[in-house]
Amino acid sequence: MRDVAVIGFAEAPSVRHTTGTTNGVEMLVPIFREVLAQTGLSRREIGFWCSGSSDYLAGRAFSFVAAVDAIGAFPPVAESHVEMDGAWALYEAWVKVLTGEVDIALAYGFGKSSAGDLRRVLALQLDPYTVAPLWPDSVSIAALQARLGIEAGKWTEREMAEVAVASRAAAVSNPRAQLSGNVSADDLLAAPYLADPLRAHDCAPVTDGASVAILAAGDRARELCERPAWITGFEHRIDSGSLGARDLLTSPSAASAATAAGATDVDVAELHAPFTHQELLLREAMDLGDATRVNLSGGTLAGNPMFAAGLARIGWAARHIISGDAGRTLGHATSGPVLQQNLVCVMEAR
Amino acid sequence: MTVPLSAPLETSFDYTRSLGPVLSEFMTALAGRRILGSRSADGRVHVPPAEYDPVTFSPPEELVPVGPEGSVLTWSWQPEPRAGQPLERPFAWALIQLDGADTGMLHAVDAGDAAEMHTGLRVRPRWAEHRSGHIRDIECFEPVSAGAGETPLAAAEPVPVEDAEHVTMIVTPIRLRIEHSASAEETRYLLGLKEGKVIGQRCPECGKVYVPPRGACPTDGVPTTTDVELPDTGTVTTFCIVNVPFRGQRIPSPYVAASVLLDGADIAFQHLILGCDPSDVRMGMRVRAVWRPREEWTTSSENISHFEPTGEPDAPYESYAHHL
Repeated sequence: MRDVAVIGFAEAPSVRHTTGTTNGVEMLVPIFREVLAQTGLSRREIGFWCSGSSDYLAGRAFSFVAAVDAIGAFPPVAESHVEMDGAWALYEAWVKVLTGEVDIALAYGFGKSSAGDLRRVLALQLDPYTVAPLWPDSVSIAALQARLGIEAGKWTEREMAEVAVASRAAAVSNPRAQLSGNVSADDLLAAPYLADPLRAHDCAPVTDGASVAILAAGDRARELCERPAWITGFEHRIDSGSLGARDLLTSPSAASAATAAGATDVDVAELHAPFTHQELLLREAMDLGDATRVNLSGGTLAGNPMFAAGLARIGWAARHIISGDAGRTLGHATSGPVLQQNLVCVMEAR
Repeated sequence: MTVPLSAPLETSFDYTRSLGPVLSEFMTALAGRRILGSRSADGRVHVPPAEYDPVTFSPPEELVPVGPEGSVLTWSWQPEPRAGQPLERPFAWALIQLDGADTGMLHAVDAGDAAEMHTGLRVRPRWAEHRSGHIRDIECFEPVSAGAGETPLAAAEPVPVEDAEHVTMIVTPIRLRIEHSASAEETRYLLGLKEGKVIGQRCPECGKVYVPPRGACPTDGVPTTTDVELPDTGTVTTFCIVNVPFRGQRIPSPYVAASVLLDGADIAFQHLILGCDPSDVRMGMRVRAVWRPREEWTTSSENISHFEPTGEPDAPYESYAHHL
């Protein structure tokens, strides 16, 4: 197998509402420029492009095709798309590099969550026969999971608030975060419920944004990056689509992906947890101990650009290695209702 | 800087889905005020029924009646119901384990107040008056302690379903409201149209002129920045004659839809060619925009009603060959 590394990462500012189009071009053009500058690559050196986005979010068919304008796709380029978070686009790009067909690949994700009512849009990812016709919104479903955990003694509302406190404090050093600052759990807990037992701070904000990462193989990675983030494990798994049939107190697919990816002795983990209790749940499911620092970027609670936030977690995990801050990191991405699908990417310095 | 134009768009679609053998029985039973679960080989009963067991992937051994009462496994409170949800007043979402089932089914509980909700609460279905074999045949669940007056016992009893009523399809209307924004470049184009002008933009790298302008040059991936006002004359690069009637058609067929390359532009755009017999339209034909009356102009491409022939000699093929 070829050695493949993440050698560059950039993300657009996480904001509540952009005036841009739903095809993401305005958010993508600057971050493509930024990530190419980091690596010294030109667009023509990218052998394969892969994007993650959703037409349901964009409210138009084939919205990702318009986004391709941002990559300058004439003369034609090799390009693909997943109707998933950009983390799965990165997975496809990784496989493409592993085949030996290309040496350098770029994955990106984008989402203008503010264009519609995100909580309703996400109802459409549910079972289309027995669940989606009820239009259960994403926050309400996460709240069902949060209560299960509270009543089972897995976590408390205060522990959930502490996750938000830590996220916002970490995000102070992330200029592109949407939510940051020093708050106390007492203050957060004084707020009313948004969807009992969840308060606003328990839920990731509605965010417009985009992210991009570049992969390179072997010597090309070493030429382009002083300290590449070598991928040592990259796995994704999925749980049943039936909400009631799942054990919502844990995440078998996250645990299985982490084990398969060899997620041990990790210095830093970036977890894609759109709700506070899910960060606690994921830490346990992936067996991440106290030695592992989590979400130093602020994580998804500090900014949740749909279809880009998972890729951004891997990007941040890689950035900790590229910058020399960590030797071994983990990036996690999720998709579907209440952590149904999970992807884990483990990286290390060499 | 101009604030980009935006407008709401409501997209809707009636999804029609065939049910397959398992869900067909489940939905048919709902029409008759009965709830079925699926029993897997391990004895576990899934509600709604699982077409294939999520662990063993085996089809169910049999479908068995469950409920109608059940217990709340977990719940959350919806203080501000969203469009399309089962109730318009505040309610609880709950995973409900129906008697005889091993899994929870998601539905709404009409509890009135969050203080009335608790895990373990006994609930029963409130059936919709008109049922068609759809999950919405259950209007919601309600606490068993609720006054019997709300659901007369007779109305809760199963009713026989004739074979003729066997449900094999469901229709689920989906409606989403999206606020669409034009890009800054498209906004300048649309504002230009309102003044009777056609504004394209030039790529700073390759010099090509795009109309309508795009957020980024598809060759170079950089934003197009320089406005170029274009004439409303051009050349038909290619066309088709529309003979097929379709829903929403505004012009009687046959008529011509063409790619028109405006003079000075590097990309053709689609428009109608009217004012001549469709059989007279040809590649290279010179055409001019026919504008609607000035008082009707808005920020819309529809300000140009169509294009019509100018009567000039045809443009030579070489002049547009690169734009096909």
